[in-house]
Amino acid sequence: MTIPAHSRRKSKYEPRSVPEGEKLATSAMIASLDSEGRETVAAPFGHALVDLAKTREDIVGLSADLSKYTDLHVFAQAHPDRFYQMGMAEAVLMSAAAGLAREGFTPFATTYAVFASRRAYDFIAMAIAEENLPVKICCALPGLTTGYGPSHQATEDLAIMRGMPNLTVIDPCDAVEIDQATRAIAETPGPVYMRLLRGQVPDVLGKYGYRFELGRAQTIRDGSDVLFISSGFMTMRVLDAAEALARDGVSCAVLHSPTIKPLDAETIAAEARKSGRLVITTENHSVTGGLGEAVAGALMRAGVHVPFRQVALPDEYLDAGALPTLHEQYGLSVGRITARVKTWLEE
Amino acid sequence: MQTRSETSGSNVSLPQRAWAIRRNALLMGEVQGQGYIGQALGVADVLATSYFHAMTYRADDPEWEGRDRFYLSIGHYAIALYAAMIEAGILPEDEIPTYGMDDSRMPMSGMAAYTPGMEITGGSLGHGLGIAVGAALGLKRKKNPAFVYNLLSDGELGEGSTWEAVMSAVQWKLDNLIAIVDFNNQQADGPTRDALAVGAEAPKWAAFGWYAQEVDGNDLDALLAAFDNARNHAEAKPRVIICNTKMCKGVPFLEERESNHFIRVEADEWAKALAVLDEGKPL
Repeated sequence: MTIPAHSRRKSKYEPRSVPEGEKLATSAMIASLDSEGRETVAAPFGHALVDLAKTREDIVGLSADLSKYTDLHVFAQAHPDRFYQMGMAEAVLMSAAAGLAREGFTPFATTYAVFASRRAYDFIAMAIAEENLPVKICCALPGLTTGYGPSHQATEDLAIMRGMPNLTVIDPCDAVEIDQATRAIAETPGPVYMRLLRGQVPDVLGKYGYRFELGRAQTIRDGSDVLFISSGFMTMRVLDAAEALARDGVSCAVLHSPTIKPLDAETIAAEARKSGRLVITTENHSVTGGLGEAVAGALMRAGVHVPFRQVALPDEYLDAGALPTLHEQYGLSVGRITARVKTWLEE
Repeated sequence: MQTRSETSGSNVSLPQRAWAIRRNALLMGEVQGQGYIGQALGVADVLATSYFHAMTYRADDPEWEGRDRFYLSIGHYAIALYAAMIEAGILPEDEIPTYGMDDSRMPMSGMAAYTPGMEITGGSLGHGLGIAVGAALGLKRKKNPAFVYNLLSDGELGEGSTWEAVMSAVQWKLDNLIAIVDFNNQQADGPTRDALAVGAEAPKWAAFGWYAQEVDGNDLDALLAAFDNARNHAEAKPRVIICNTKMCKGVPFLEERESNHFIRVEADEWAKALAVLDEGKPL
């Protein structure tokens, strides 16, 4: 019997598009997202949790062998008796967090976004979310924040997690927001999935006087030609893109929507209704099932029919490589965003 | 408010309790004309020992903080646990006719949101022991001396997540955790022994670091001793009792039926099964 081999994904052996002089090395997994010369804050999630734990005896931390890589080690060092190292075992990480929540505790469980969303889904769904237990799942390496390839690139985590009833889903932008959101979700009943940036995290929103409010989208910058609706670190990128476009006479508003679920459909519809602006969603996530499609659905349901474009990752398993190279390749860089906006405005 | 524990005086014997659990389960099966009656009859002795010998609880306050927690992983065994909780007075007997009906507090698969005393939502197998690990950790944090019991099935031993929890319970020295495995050698597609459970269950758990016992799960004296051992064992280890049970135990004409995960009972056979059970009522 002859069984011919199946065709598989495209070969990566072909010559790539990066010019010889511009090739960068893949950064280590533990490297911070941003080395673009911004002000940074170290481990905002870990420090916020340590601070919260001073007054909240119910807060405990669990990790599946990734405390150092989710900044939970800061909490583990400050409160060793309240930290549970669960080993490389995501099912029991989530189930045990559910058990601790049943006994009155508020567990913060950390791992990488790929492992929580792909591997532990049934345990989050049935042990945690179905009973609306207050487990806070905080995950590093969301979307395209590592060059290690698809095993570590959670490009579909928001799509997966949005499908789960009861679950609040948050995609914060920077250190300021991670600090405030960590405090907010500790106060919120029910389960939460929050994306994390770890290590040296840029401080961007502070200068805009922004304060995170769960479930609220907020205008960070106003403008008359383009309305960016964005979440996560893409809000940093569109703020830079808006500056660049302003120099070319294009006026851009930025509506930051860190709460992906429940989405602030009211504010989004109200902003999109303001006439004359091209609506562009920008997200560190696949085009499928993330912020962009959530916004599109909200606008359709609200009867808002406006020109709409999406900046997002393609529905593909992405390449390995250096993060700046990949962000350029897949359109998340400031330069690529700016260029596409100009093209779209000329259409 | 009365707290039930082994010291509670009662003139109802353990065999009478097991008999009543079987009878309640048959009455519920009759309502729907179907149900996992084979499992319920098989596990009745294990539940009688749990609820009328080993566990401490308050029937009129199922969420009493001092209670021993009983986690039913295997949602389809709900009929058995309802039967036991009715006998224990946690659920009212007059709700038996509502079993599995619209708006009933006793749905076909056990879920925490529906039923007083049903601690967790089971059904997606491989969850219960992991949740039990977390609850046992939580009880220790609160210095609450209660035990967490988790009833799981032989088929559930095929789930990798069960073994994550097995390892975790040892890592955290959870001597307040008692796993009970109902080993009836039947899962959906046939005998468990033909699937993933290749045997040597007790040595396997012991090798992982558990205090493991294997008993005849239809022998009340053996169960009583095993539960006492599990509760009183001195080492800082989690405890497991592998209970070898017989599907349909107590109703011989069903016991003889070809072994099957989902026992088919004809409409006229429910009354016959109840009559057979009544003949064997313990004095």
